[in-house]
Order: sequence, then structure tokens, then C-alpha cells
Amino acid sequence: MMDLSSINPVVLVASLMVAATPILLAAIGELIVEKSGVLNLGVEGMMITGAICGFIIAVESGSPVIGFFAAALGAALLSSIFGFLTLVLLSNQVATGLALTLFGLGLSALMGQGYIGIKAPTTSPLNFGVLGDIPLIGRILFSHDWMVYLSLALIAGTWAFLKFTRAGLVLRAVGESHDAAHALGYKVIRIRLLAIMFGGACAGLGGAYLSLVRVPQWTEGMTAGAGWIALAIVVFASWKPWRVLLGAYLFGGITVLQLNLQAAGATIPVELLSMSPYIITILVLVIISADRRRAALSAPADLGKPFHATS
Amino acid sequence: MTTLLKLNGLTKAYPGVIANDDVSFEIAPGEVHALLGENGAGKSTLVKMIYGLVKPDSGTMALHGDAFAPSEPRAARAAGVAMVFQHFSLFEALSVAENIALGMENPPKPRELSHQIREVSHTYGLPLDPDRRVGELSAGERQRVEIIRCLLQDPKLLIMDEPTSVLTPQEVEILFTTLRKLSAEGTAILYISHKLEEIRALCDAATILRGGKVVGTCVPKETTAREMAELMVGKVLHQTKSGEHDAGDVVLKMESLSLPSSTPFGTSLQNVSLELRRGEILGIGGVAGNGQDELLAALSGETKVSSDVIKFENREIGQLGPNERREMGLLSAPEERLGHAAAPDMSLTENALLTGVVRQELAAHRFINWAKTKTFAETVIETFDVRTPGPTNAARSLSGGNLQKFVIGREVLQSPEVLVVNQPTWGVDASAAASIRQALMDLASTGAGVIIISQDLDELMEVADRFCALNAGRLSASRPTKDLTVDEVGLMLGGAHDMEVAHVG
Repeated sequence: MMDLSSINPVVLVASLMVAATPILLAAIGELIVEKSGVLNLGVEGMMITGAICGFIIAVESGSPVIGFFAAALGAALLSSIFGFLTLVLLSNQVATGLALTLFGLGLSALMGQGYIGIKAPTTSPLNFGVLGDIPLIGRILFSHDWMVYLSLALIAGTWAFLKFTRAGLVLRAVGESHDAAHALGYKVIRIRLLAIMFGGACAGLGGAYLSLVRVPQWTEGMTAGAGWIALAIVVFASWKPWRVLLGAYLFGGITVLQLNLQAAGATIPVELLSMSPYIITILVLVIISADRRRAALSAPADLGKPFHATS
Repeated sequence: MTTLLKLNGLTKAYPGVIANDDVSFEIAPGEVHALLGENGAGKSTLVKMIYGLVKPDSGTMALHGDAFAPSEPRAARAAGVAMVFQHFSLFEALSVAENIALGMENPPKPRELSHQIREVSHTYGLPLDPDRRVGELSAGERQRVEIIRCLLQDPKLLIMDEPTSVLTPQEVEILFTTLRKLSAEGTAILYISHKLEEIRALCDAATILRGGKVVGTCVPKETTAREMAELMVGKVLHQTKSGEHDAGDVVLKMESLSLPSSTPFGTSLQNVSLELRRGEILGIGGVAGNGQDELLAALSGETKVSSDVIKFENREIGQLGPNERREMGLLSAPEERLGHAAAPDMSLTENALLTGVVRQELAAHRFINWAKTKTFAETVIETFDVRTPGPTNAARSLSGGNLQKFVIGREVLQSPEVLVVNQPTWGVDASAAASIRQALMDLASTGAGVIIISQDLDELMEVADRFCALNAGRLSASRPTKDLTVDEVGLMLGGAHDMEVAHVG
């Protein structure tokens, strides 16, 4: 018999934020990449590379903070390979992105061979003093580690960057029409490369959040498709930062809820529960972006097109 | 007279072609200087060098007597050189103000910029709303965005690359008024065009380029258009003759077609009706983006409509796809050569197969007859004088004019009952354009119906028997071209597209 009373809504909300953070980080990075007109399908590979880089350095140094930095750096380096191949050598973005995922999975498995079964140093929640003792809100808002707040700050920062700053305008312009941006004298390739590396760093942080906080240990292939769901969220969120947040938290929420339901002994088959986060997230975001004409407006017009400066 | 910009022996070579060869001329402050030449004469490369997009191999430039060698557009803009591009360098999804800010070195705060845009645009008779999305603007308004972007930087030299190719005659008048005002204030204008009458009306001096070299200079007001054209082409021009033919029975009929647009910046067709008779050419004029692509798609079968809306020889064909229509004899050639009319990376033989397969029976029994296909491609190449080493070359490797001859030729040689073409001579040089027009007229004289959708009004007046205008998705009633004046045509096209008329003080 199912016992729903065992599910505490406050704990549920607090834990969905933790569950969603890896995807949120990866998705906001990919949003910037796609806004610059590049489609990088290697998110999964960059995440897992970040996961192992962060894990190794955190274990060796004993500091999760240094681990997160290493994760961002490692994944950004990996993404710069993608940047070089697609922007300079003009290789196909889709194929190169897929190859990056496969490469990242293999590379991380190789690097992580001596680290299986080790526990990562703990990342403890920030202490907000009295704020943490407020009923409901305290548990939901003030009980997390610093990465959760960083991910939320990144969403707000990305939104403000795209909406209010000149650099954000230039980035959108490059994704909208690289030929026009080039004609006006903007450095299309440089801007895109920076965007790709930012996306890599974010994906790396997301991966490291899995291996250092969420799990927290190293297993091969531990991202288990999180990179792909991040990619899907960006598209169905119509490239809007706040909708990415919505999509990621929805996904995290249903993931946590279905785990709770499984634990509570729900009569629904486990397979259906496991697939529910993917189906429901995509379904909701598809409905939000159902108006095709408006969705097409926010899509970067030159997404995935190779840029070659004639002359 | 002092000199503003002096070009001295500019040379630029690309692999296999010398784009500019020892080009020299001077522009004085306030002068409107025309740069004339056919496609491929080297006009674009030359202005790209002045604007810092391309570095010359040799030669020097001087601005106000000082050496001028911009390494990037930013440097050129800082020196007072501004440019309005032929293919608009605008971002459709961004607002007017954002677009303008992108083209400035140090844009002011958004609110102040909006204020400046309103102010400057009214001073020069080009009103603009800074908050509108560029994708929603007409071609004339888009050009205003580019011009305002330049004017806000107080340029000394304004380069305009084919500015009137997308404007209605009334919009051209507004533009010229603005340019004359700028010139009177001391701004020099380098005006690139191949429309000779415009150059005669506007420009003080002209430099003519052919094959990358300066082949002559003239004072346009004292030179006839014909003399300039012959300098430009380098040979005596033959005028195409309009073949006399009587219109036959109605072969194609479209009744009140309304079609919502499928893309965000597309145009919805509203209540479009037309009738085409055998042996006649129907010209559909209008600035691109007013529903031309949508109309062609409905006629070719790419977009299916309710079956009774389009009738071909009294058969309802609205629900039939392109190949079924081809089989009946309704062929079409879309505007976009690479990617729509032809597959860029496939050979000419393969491209010939793609539309010729049905009528030329190139794949009997579902297997491709390559020998027959190659012969067909070779026939097209030969008949239409397509300059290419052979049918195995990729479509992409052909120049725009040659590929256009190929895609038009491919349809004409299938002896269609009805042929619909969209912008058949866009970006094609004068002699190739003349041969394409002649082929279309010859086709009509054999009894086929031809629909030409074009924004080149001179072309339509020359070849079409009847003219109608497509404006904002609505098609006007048709009128015989014999007794139409340019002003009437302009009004049929919606005048200045409901833009406010210039008030230049």
C-alpha cells in the first residue's frame, strides 16, 4: 500500500533544487553557446569530464572548491577542442559535438580508473544563522551549499547580461546573423570561442556537482544523460534563462518525486516512474513554446550554421 | 576643389581572379560619386577596401591628405567613413535601436539613443520607431535603419552599395532627397549602382569599372545612359525585342487564395486571384518579402492549398505536389538559386535530374538513366550558354548568373505549359539577364503561359504583357503594360509603403 504521508513537501522542494543544479548549470552554459549561434552537442561529454576532473582534484587537494575550479577548467579546455574544430577548421557542428560526448565519456573513464569507490570531501551547506531556522522558507531557501546559489546567480546574471549589456547584445547579434556582425567588424570567431568555453566551464561545474555533492563519488558514465536533458531544456525553454530554470527545476522536482513515490511503494511500474521526469519536462516545455512563430523569434537565426569570412 | 578621399593604384587579387587592378580616383567633399560596373566588375571589393573589410595587395589611400589604411571597419568608421550595405547588415530579431547601437563605437544609453534616432530620422525625412523589431519593417524602412546608423556617426564619406534595388520608385525619391541634403551639408557619397537613370539623376561624377580596371570616367548628367552602359559592358548592347503574340485560352487560374505565413517574418497571402492565358507573360512586381516566395510555393505545389483554389486547364490541382504538377506541365524556378532551385553540392547532371525526371523520363522503371540525364544537362548547358567545364561540376561552383541560366534553362527545355519564375535575373549581369528574358519571351511565343515575379520593374515593363503588383500579400488587378507609366506602377506597389513622406527642411 502506498504511504504518501512519508513524502514531506518541504524536503521535496529542498532536494529538487539539489537534484536540478547539475542540469541547470549545464543548460545555462549551453544557452549562451547557442545564443552565439553554435550548437554544441557535447554537453554530456563536457559534464562527465568536469565530474572526473573535479573529483580527482578535490580528492587530491582535499578542497571541493579547488575541485570545482578544476572541473570548470577541464571542461572548458575540452570544449575549446570543439571550438577549434568547428570554428577554425569548419568541421560539422553536430558530428563534432557527438564525437565530443563520446570522447569525454572515454577520457573520463580512463582518468577515473584509480578513483572508483573513494568518497569525495564534503561540501557543506552555507550557514545563514537565524535565517535557516525560519519554518518552511529556511529549509527551502537557506539550507544549501554555495553551488546552488551560484547556479541561481548564473541564471540571473545570464538574463541580465543578454538583456542589458552591450556584450550581451553583441553575442545575440553574432548568433542572429554572423555575416552582418562580421560586416560591422565584430570578431565572430573570437566571440563564439569564448561562448563555447563558458558553456564548457558551466557543464564542467554541473558534472562536478554530481560527483562532489549529489552522489558524491565517482562512477563511470555517472552523468547518465543529464547533458542531453540540458540540451533539450535549452531548446524547449526558447533560449530564455528563467524558463531554463523552470525546466530544470521541473525535471529535478519530478525526479525527486518519483524516487519518493518508488520508496513509498506506489503501484505504478518503476519503469514508468523513471521515465516520467523526461516525458513531463519535455511535455510542459513543448506546451509553453507551442506558438511556433514566437518560438522561432527567440531562436538564434544562425544556430548551427558554419561561419566562413569571405575575403 | 579640395580632395576628401584619394585612391591610388589599388590592387587586390584573389586566387584565379584580379578583383581590382590599379584603381585610382578622387572624391571631393560633398560630391556624389558613382561607381558603375556589372556584377563582378570589382565594385564590392573596392568599397570593402575603403571600409577596412579587405586589405589591398598594393596601392594607397589618402583621406584629407593623410595616409588612410583602415585595418578593420572600426578604424574606417572612426575616420568618418560609413557604409550602407547592399544586403542589409541588419539583425531581424533585434529592435531598431539595438541594430543601430551595434553599428556604433560608443553608443549612448538606450533611452538617449532612442531620442537621437527619432531626432535625426525626422531631420532627414526618414521617420523611424526605435522600438520596432527590424524583422517587421519593409525593405525601405530597413534601409533607413542603416542610413540612420551611419548618420549618427557624422560621416564624412557615405558609401552606398546598390541602395535602390529593393525600393519602390517613390521610396527612391525620398532617398534621393535625403542624399542631396547630405551632399549639400558637405558629406561625400560614393554611390554604387548599375541603374543608369538614377546615376544620371543624382551623381556629380562617375567612375566606371570593368574586369577590375577603371575603364572610364564621365559626368553622368552630360552622358546618355546608353553610352554609360556600353562603357560598362564593353560592347554594343542589343535590346531584347518583345515578341508579338496573341493571348490564347486561360491555362492557369487561381481564385481567392488566402494562405497564412508559416515563418515569423513571412507574409500571409490574402485573397490572391490571377488568371494566365496561353502565350502571354504575366509580370508580378513588388518589393521582395511581400509574399513572392509564398505565392511561388503555392503555384509550384510546395505548399498545398485547397484543391479548387488553383485550376490548371480546368483541373483542380491545389492538392497536388510539385512532381504531379510538373507531369501536367506546370513548372517553376524559385528565387534562391543555391539551396532551393539547385542543390549546391550536387553536380549539374544530378540537378538536371531533380526537376527533369518526370517530363524528360529520366528514370523509367524507377532506375535512373544517367546517359539520358547527362545529355539533358549538356543540352541545357549548350542551349543557354552556361559557362562551366561540364555537367559533372557542382552547382555551387558556378557563378550566380551562370547557375541562373542553368536553372531557368532546365525548366524552359522541358517545354512547359506554364512556367513560373521568381526573380529570374536577380544578381545576374546585363548580358546574361538579356538572354534569360529572351528565352522566357520565346517560350511564351510557343504558346506557353509564363509568370515572372520580379522586383525589377524595368524588366517587367519590357517583357510582360500584363502587370500586377504584389504588396503585403495582396495582388492587385492586372493591367496591360503597354499603357502603364512608372508612377502608376509605383502607386500600384503601395507607393512609399505607407511610409511617411519626407519633410526635408
